[in-house]
Amino acid sequence: MKRLSVLLLVSVASISGLAVMAYADPVDDTLTIDDREMIIRAKAPKGHPFDEVLSGWLFRESETRATEADSFANPGMLAVERGEELWNTVDGSMGKSCSSCHNDASATMKDVGAHFPKWDAKARKPVNIEMKINDCRTERMGAEPYKFDAEEQVALTTYIKHQSLGTPVQIDLSEGEMQSWWEKGKELYYTRTGQLDFSCASCHEKSMGKFIRADHLSQGQVNGFPTYRFNTAGMVSLHNRFRGCIRDTRAEMPKAFSDELMALEVYVTWRGTGLSVETPAVRQ
Amino acid sequence: MAAQPKPRIKVPKEAKAGEVVSIKTLISHEMESGQRKDKDGKVIPRKIINKFACEFNGTPVFSCDIDPAISANPYFEFSAKLTESGTFKFTWIDDDGAIYTDEQKITVN
Repeated sequence: MKRLSVLLLVSVASISGLAVMAYADPVDDTLTIDDREMIIRAKAPKGHPFDEVLSGWLFRESETRATEADSFANPGMLAVERGEELWNTVDGSMGKSCSSCHNDASATMKDVGAHFPKWDAKARKPVNIEMKINDCRTERMGAEPYKFDAEEQVALTTYIKHQSLGTPVQIDLSEGEMQSWWEKGKELYYTRTGQLDFSCASCHEKSMGKFIRADHLSQGQVNGFPTYRFNTAGMVSLHNRFRGCIRDTRAEMPKAFSDELMALEVYVTWRGTGLSVETPAVRQ
Repeated sequence: MAAQPKPRIKVPKEAKAGEVVSIKTLISHEMESGQRKDKDGKVIPRKIINKFACEFNGTPVFSCDIDPAISANPYFEFSAKLTESGTFKFTWIDDDGAIYTDEQKITVN
């Protein structure tokens, strides 16, 4: 007779823990995903307000950290799989998919996501992966551009950035006018805004490591975007997160991919120079 | 996650007889609780996976009923002790009657 016994069952978990301390240092831990060690602490680039840049992973609860460390349990990997489907799906009047030109993403998109945003000489502004995808869709595929935060846009961006998992973030500020966009982004980062009169720096620089209610404030790094959040049980794009933060200061929100938010993306990405791309990261 | 629910399974390919093996399952599903309202104030109808079951060579290993409080993309992890090679069969049942299944073979030495 067959003998079979169920020993243990661990059920669905998305329980958010409550913070008990008013101040807590980031944990001293290492993050390994699929046998690859992530760089979650890096020496800050010259001119950076911190000595060391720290991944947001270090500021999260142990259950959240464990979910990201296990690429099977990480629900963000569903978006990666969905993105892979889209990569190979023909769309638009020219009968092409992403893979028609770019072939196998694991080769052609490897490390690409770690170096965005990039200067676009034609558009004369920095572009990110979402914009690059839409550019391909309209110019080369004869397809409609994705609307901001369309499920397809987020999934495809996640898939492309995931091909750089582990690669250190490094953007090129010497191209075109990137430096002046960086300056503009820096200005925005330190500008107080909204009814609460907060700048990005109020939370992510001056109060980094402290608690804002139950939320442990990190450096606000963007190396894990698009990120899976338990909060919404879904993927959150970078510009969605920017807008969410700005909304929370009770200010007017700039449009996604507007010049303001692109400048901010350039500057904030630079602030995370040297950290591994963690897409899809898992956060609270 | 509006796309068609897609199961993911992680079972070791091989195990020793009597060894406790860990089985991990996850399925993409929005798990709409039926308690939310849309922009017009209308209730968004409930659509969840209400049952999950796993059997091994026809013998039940684990099953459960699922209620609306379970979050999106339900994840189950459980263990089994095996004495023979065979196939795990996994079944998820949706509120709309759809059944999603997947199978995974394991060799027991």
